[in-house]
Amino acid sequence: MTRKEVYKVLDKVFQDVFDDPSIHVDDDTVADDIDGWDSLEHINLISAVEKKFKMRFKMKEVSTMKDVGEMVDIILSRI
Amino acid sequence: MMKELEYPFDAEQILRKKKSLKRALLDNGEKRITKKIAILGGSTTSDIMQVMELFLLNYGIEPEFYQSEYNQYYQDAMFGNPELDEFHPDIIYIHTTNRNITTYPVLTDDAAAVDTLLDNETTKFRTMWDNLFSKFHCPVIQNNFEMPYYRLLGNMDASDIHGAVNFLTRLNLRFYEYAQTHEDFHICDINYISADYGLKEWSDPFFWHMYKYAMKVSAIPYLSFNVANIIKAVFGKNKKGFVLDLDNTLWGGVIGDDGVENIELGPEESEGQAYSEFQRYLKAHKQLGILLNIDSKNDHENAIAGLKHPDADLKEEDFIEIRANWDPKDRNFLDIANSLNLLPESLVFVDDNPAERSIVTAQLPGVCAPEIGEVTQYVQNIDRNGFFEAVRLTKDDLRRNEMYKENAQRNSLKAAFADYGEYLHSLEMNAVIRTFEPVHMARIAQLTNKSNQFNLTTRRYTQSEIEEIAANPEYIPLAGRLSDRFGDNGVVSVVIGHVVGEECLIDLWIMSCRVLKRDMEFAMMDTLEHRCREKGVKRIRGFYYPTAKNNMVREFYALQGFTKVSEDEKGNTEWVLTEENFKDKRNRYINVTED
Repeated sequence: MTRKEVYKVLDKVFQDVFDDPSIHVDDDTVADDIDGWDSLEHINLISAVEKKFKMRFKMKEVSTMKDVGEMVDIILSRI
Repeated sequence: MMKELEYPFDAEQILRKKKSLKRALLDNGEKRITKKIAILGGSTTSDIMQVMELFLLNYGIEPEFYQSEYNQYYQDAMFGNPELDEFHPDIIYIHTTNRNITTYPVLTDDAAAVDTLLDNETTKFRTMWDNLFSKFHCPVIQNNFEMPYYRLLGNMDASDIHGAVNFLTRLNLRFYEYAQTHEDFHICDINYISADYGLKEWSDPFFWHMYKYAMKVSAIPYLSFNVANIIKAVFGKNKKGFVLDLDNTLWGGVIGDDGVENIELGPEESEGQAYSEFQRYLKAHKQLGILLNIDSKNDHENAIAGLKHPDADLKEEDFIEIRANWDPKDRNFLDIANSLNLLPESLVFVDDNPAERSIVTAQLPGVCAPEIGEVTQYVQNIDRNGFFEAVRLTKDDLRRNEMYKENAQRNSLKAAFADYGEYLHSLEMNAVIRTFEPVHMARIAQLTNKSNQFNLTTRRYTQSEIEEIAANPEYIPLAGRLSDRFGDNGVVSVVIGHVVGEECLIDLWIMSCRVLKRDMEFAMMDTLEHRCREKGVKRIRGFYYPTAKNNMVREFYALQGFTKVSEDEKGNTEWVLTEENFKDKRNRYINVTED
């Protein structure tokens, strides 16, 4: 899967979780950019991403991830 | 009903799309009751609550939530919290897990020390429950404990008093003792659902250390569904019966084509064994008062031949209504519901054929027709839906099938009389109309929650509220029990009058549709008048609040001799009967015993 393809799938996950079909994410997207992305919704987002890509994040990664770009780096390294 | 929220559901999809699912549920235009639910958690509860909301909305319950701060369940319950006090919950859910156990036994503890540990944990919880009951007078749902995710002693963890498995098992038994003696206390069996889900997955420690969830996030919908099932059962939204297909549902094969000797049923081969097990599963429901009916495309004699099969566990007499003909299934379904005086949505449709299921659910919105899968999955797919979640067992539940059978006999007697009055006389009816007696409290509360059609105000009461009303001299509580030559119908009507000065306001007037057109409503009004006279009441005031289901009682007070005094744009009406118009005897056919 290319980075671009990962983003295509990721957009759909974000759209479902935050119930907003207009969301598009990129390397620089951070929690503040998206309405409703708080620590509780973060849990759902991580779970949904894990299911979609059939991979798991490590605890350290979940707590230190700074932006969507880092999330995609981890996904690409694991699938 | 939303298919996505029926078992077997896609838990991941529910979690991912919970916002849009909620929107769709809120927009579906169905009438809902609102209930206030307090969640007191020993770990994170946010998603548990949000997903529970979806299941409750799907059951026609619009929840308003209070959520304790993280791990503040004990503080909230014991020392109060102004926000919770103000909230006045209708029901409380205590979400604790084995993560909340403070002290486990160590190997140096002797038996007495382990008992003390057990006593301490039990006392902590019991005091908390007692406190909640005395403060909020509402039902409480409490998790039991799931098994630990590791076993220090290996298999001996189960049998040795020092083992965590042993300790939690004993603690669970203590919780059940409390449940057995407190009717408004319900156990949420997370021990079962975590095992059902897979304990290893359920208790993945990642979610505890990362988010302080006591279970894996993907398991949350199973927990939320389980709690929602208890809540809907408490508020009277259980299903009441099955409508069953025959061919490839109760036995393998098509009886009209294959002949009774060739259908798969009984111990001879594996398919037949699976159908037999399913028949036994269904038959066991009769003990709970669940009504069994047949809706099959078959010639009637073929259907009966299948029920007479030597290996059939389900016999003709196990069913209340049997419709085996070539009419569309939805029409038969509706006909069965009408004959039972039940709403179609209170019956579950079980058919192996997806086309028949979709016809029935499309024609009769609100009816559940679970996707039952293969014969070996039938039991699981029906059972996990929690259609008949039992929150208490009343004597009437145990007798319900007999009562409906008796009703069928009454109907055939009715056909023999030209005059309806003669028929009513021939029933030799006796009623006992009294204040609420302790043995009937559970049944009375159940009736207030289950009656939809013959219900003037559709007010719901918990058992604690019913007990308070019974003890309060400002109220005239009446429970009517009716029997006749065919049997005892049990408590079938409940009236709550509230005396305010010289007036009696009728807060609640309900009657079971089982006894429609038997004069019971007139007998109840006669007794209410007598009680009112004793209390010096000069006027009785009745109210009718229309709902989607209670149109049959729109003119109820007119029939009782009341005068309409007001009506608003929603169709809410108010009626008055003054003392000089008291009739004292409206009922002509029932021999009544009063206090």
